[in-house]
Amino acid sequence: MSIAIDRNKCVGCGRCHEVCPGTLIKLGADKKAYIKYPKDCWGCTSCIKECPVYAISFYLGADIGGMGSKVHTEKKDGLLCWVIEQPDGKTAEIAIDPKESNKY
Amino acid sequence: MRVERLKTDLLIIGGGTAGCYAALTASEKSDATEILICEKANIKRSGCLAAGVNALNAYIVEGRTPQDYVDYAKKDADGIVRDDLLYTMSERLNKVTERLEQLGLVILKDENGKYVVRGNRNLKINGENIKPILAAVVEKLPNVTVLNRVNIIDFSVNGNKINGAFGIGIENDTFYIIEAKAVIIATGGAAGLYKPNNPGFSRHKMWYPPFNTGAGYAMGIKHGAEMTTFEMRFIALRCKDTIAPTGTLAQGAGAKQINSLGEVYEAKYGLTTSERVYGTVNENIEGRGPCYLRTEGISPEQEESLLKAYLNMAPSQTIRWIESGKLPSQANVEIEGTEPYIVGGHTASGYWVDTKRATTISGLFAAGDVAGGCPQKYVTGALAEGEIAAVSAVDYISENTTGSISGSEIDAHISEIERFIGENRSQFTTEQLEEAMQTVMDSYAGGIKTNYRFNGKQLDIADYKIRQLTELSDALHADDFQELMYIYELRERLTICRSVIAHLRARHETRWHSFAENLDHPEKDDINWRKYVNSRMENGEIKIILRDLTEEGQKTYEHSN
Repeated sequence: MSIAIDRNKCVGCGRCHEVCPGTLIKLGADKKAYIKYPKDCWGCTSCIKECPVYAISFYLGADIGGMGSKVHTEKKDGLLCWVIEQPDGKTAEIAIDPKESNKY
Repeated sequence: MRVERLKTDLLIIGGGTAGCYAALTASEKSDATEILICEKANIKRSGCLAAGVNALNAYIVEGRTPQDYVDYAKKDADGIVRDDLLYTMSERLNKVTERLEQLGLVILKDENGKYVVRGNRNLKINGENIKPILAAVVEKLPNVTVLNRVNIIDFSVNGNKINGAFGIGIENDTFYIIEAKAVIIATGGAAGLYKPNNPGFSRHKMWYPPFNTGAGYAMGIKHGAEMTTFEMRFIALRCKDTIAPTGTLAQGAGAKQINSLGEVYEAKYGLTTSERVYGTVNENIEGRGPCYLRTEGISPEQEESLLKAYLNMAPSQTIRWIESGKLPSQANVEIEGTEPYIVGGHTASGYWVDTKRATTISGLFAAGDVAGGCPQKYVTGALAEGEIAAVSAVDYISENTTGSISGSEIDAHISEIERFIGENRSQFTTEQLEEAMQTVMDSYAGGIKTNYRFNGKQLDIADYKIRQLTELSDALHADDFQELMYIYELRERLTICRSVIAHLRARHETRWHSFAENLDHPEKDDINWRKYVNSRMENGEIKIILRDLTEEGQKTYEHSN
């Protein structure tokens, strides 16, 4: 369970660094973010929701059955949209209205 | 290392659910009170609610009373709870819920504008952003200052009165000396004592926040605060691998616990929290594992709603469903018990407090998972306790003056920090000792490895080895202040381990399967053990104190001796 940060997409805004509840994300000399302690990620996805350019993706470790999918979120028309990119190229999207409650 | 001295009226340690609500309450009660929150992370997403939460599990639904909630929690803990604490929490549950809604939390309502309830106690919400909502309110309060990334490492206590605390700025290499008239401890419970389900790469994919390392418990223990019920460990029943919640499937979608033969086994063992775990463990031992929640055949609407519900609190489970290609309607969800935690929001472990949430150290109040005697708090109970502790602390401040922190105390802490960040003399790393601690607790103090069971001989070995590791931790080395925090977190957990071991050894019965499964005393003993097992550290040793239960329906409790 951890995250990966795409250096090419990162714009160095520092919001992921600011929010991480484990203080696991650091900023390099060029201000770009990197995860210093990948094994210590709880998987809360706080950083993913903060990233304005979708540079951070979340994945399940192989030791807990992860199969290589990468997940990020996008905010579209007031919805929180979860994008799950699978290794075979398929993409699943689930949009959640923050104003709508869970039913279970 | 920089040294910074601060002075405040009310210091709140931990800006999670209880801490943030305590700040809000104290600020509204007294705008003349200066309030400082020290938070090891950032209050926007710190504590238990970082990922979100998908239900409010403690609410008094129409037709029920606060006393009903007390009775429920008492039954689940088989009697070892404090009636006064549960009652004073329960009577505030609905008020804090309404407040949360006013602040912006989405709660499901019917066409008449009434909350839609799940069972007898639960409300359905969208709690993905619950922590940012609370944090935003706190940050706007004029008399509240928030110090993020400041980890408190010790209290300053003199003559059993708290005068403040010491902290380290983990990103600014600063040592903080903070004087305060009153302190609310709200640091949550303790994860990471036991070897986790997946000790490799995904070691932190656990139920409880891995960053809650029990600082509040450990600081209290070291300063002789009385603690209660550390033997009532909490073990969560979770979705295998992702360690995602099962309540949404069980209570929400009505999924039953079944074994690999397809038999519903939950009724055989009972339905309390510990019995649900115990039943699953036992079915595996007897060869009928793995165990599942029966979700096959749920409707497409149910499935779609579940995929969303999990994204709002434990996204890994939805990702698991999608990437494995096995959606819950197509495959039952495998379940397992987690490693044990110490967490006063679910079981009754924590500070021994009076009805006002005053600990046995004068001027120190406790709220949320760190406070004992009051299980099944969940989110709203933590808010309620934050409110009670804040009101009590503000009253205390009006009647007391600030004590001062002595120079010798400051020097002792600075020299300890200098030792850790000085020359590297350690053969071991903090990570190695952490793994060693978790292995000891797993093997000898009732971890996953022994199906949560233990006996006295094993506990003796655990105690011996934990003491050895504590000695080894004196020589640890940190390259920076974040690693310094890791040293303190490890040492906190070693202190808590000693207390857990002492408590497990003290209760000569098995009242809660799995939570405290004592093989020397495998039966429940109502004649001798309807008692609180409390403890206090004296001269470096954990001394056990047995106390009588509060009376049925008791509404107040004051510290006596």
